[in-house]
Amino acid sequence: MAAITTLSSASFDETVGAAMKPVLVDFWAEWCGPCKMIAPILDELAGEHGESITFAKLNVDDSPDIARRHGVMSIPTLIVFKGGEAATRIVGAKSKAALLEDLAEFL
Amino acid sequence: MSGDAPPEPRQVAIIGSGPAGLTAAIYCARANLTPVVFEGEPSSTSDQPGGQLMLTTDVENYPGFPGGIMGPELMVAFRAQAARFGAEIRTEKVSRVDFTERPFRLWVGEDPGGEPASSAHAVIVSTGAQSLMLGLEAEDRLIGRGLSTCATCDGFFFGGQEIAVVGGGDSAMEEALFLTKFATKVTVIHRRDQLRASKIMQDRAFASDRIEFLWNHIVADVLGTESVEGVRVRHTETGTERTLPLAGLFIAIGHRPNTDLFRGSLAMKSNGYLITEPGSTRTNVPGVFACGDVQDDVYRQAVTAAGSGCMAAIDAERWLEAQHDAKHR
Repeated sequence: MAAITTLSSASFDETVGAAMKPVLVDFWAEWCGPCKMIAPILDELAGEHGESITFAKLNVDDSPDIARRHGVMSIPTLIVFKGGEAATRIVGAKSKAALLEDLAEFL
Repeated sequence: MSGDAPPEPRQVAIIGSGPAGLTAAIYCARANLTPVVFEGEPSSTSDQPGGQLMLTTDVENYPGFPGGIMGPELMVAFRAQAARFGAEIRTEKVSRVDFTERPFRLWVGEDPGGEPASSAHAVIVSTGAQSLMLGLEAEDRLIGRGLSTCATCDGFFFGGQEIAVVGGGDSAMEEALFLTKFATKVTVIHRRDQLRASKIMQDRAFASDRIEFLWNHIVADVLGTESVEGVRVRHTETGTERTLPLAGLFIAIGHRPNTDLFRGSLAMKSNGYLITEPGSTRTNVPGVFACGDVQDDVYRQAVTAAGSGCMAAIDAERWLEAQHDAKHR
């Protein structure tokens, strides 16, 4: 159902800061194998839980400034922002079940 | 998802989806053994669908690709080839096995009680190996924050910085060379006074003006609270310690086989590698075969893994035929 929002350096603050719902940002890049592996899982989660969480992704090649600002040094990193503040950080690819567990408090 | 009646046993179940498991799947599928492959679940370690090659970049020694091929690309091709001949590939991780009676049974998931996910007359084990960690308390705190086991995933974040690689094998050299694309200086920390990497990788590493070597040292601790700020290294002979300021540390100190699942079920060496009968892929349990890095602590190459995957498929096929013949004689 709900699609994943593609963020850029220009849209990041507005999207993440102004959101009513928690925003999950997937920091990823084209050259990252584990990122590609979890992409379909995030698509599924966005479809199933898009009402509770806004799912977004940010390409670290295009927006290294945002990645640096949030201390991302490994991808995939998923950060859930609540009211613009980082609330949870998930580093590394995981199974859908493990991600659901990590995201339980936001669902 | 599980139906009411337990499903018919498969001819062959394959656990693991690196070059060994997927080659076994191609051969089994083409022999009409309708294999099911439990490929594992996504992770950022090499314990993931596709195996260790998923964390590499250029594979230059796999025959058939004169210009090299990207590891993940190669594994996508392996998988597509297995699927083309009808192998069923399940993105699940086997969490328990019962090899005490036939058909053998396999469970998946965190809580492996209840009905098995699959049962099979023959099982091919190809769960591979994964990177060893240093075993330091700081690892849990700093992994993904400057401490990494995947240069290809994380090298990008160290542009213009000084970092280190721990290890002296081919993987360590490959990581160090890859990281010179980003970092201004890469220090290779190795516990011996020479490398065990192949000659070609050593030559390349020695030729790089961005790689320095710190011989006879081990990493005693990784420093930093929010992210890696340095490492404390210790001389292996004198015990002298000193601190190197670094922004990142990449670990490439070798591998351990993924055999925890088979403890008590299959015979293994003291180092955890599965034991197979010489010249075959037969384990100590008739009908269970092992191939690839999970039983190979000597060669550990993608091409040897693929070769032994083919052997396992043929061994399994012949074993199943012999069982069938015995029953219908």
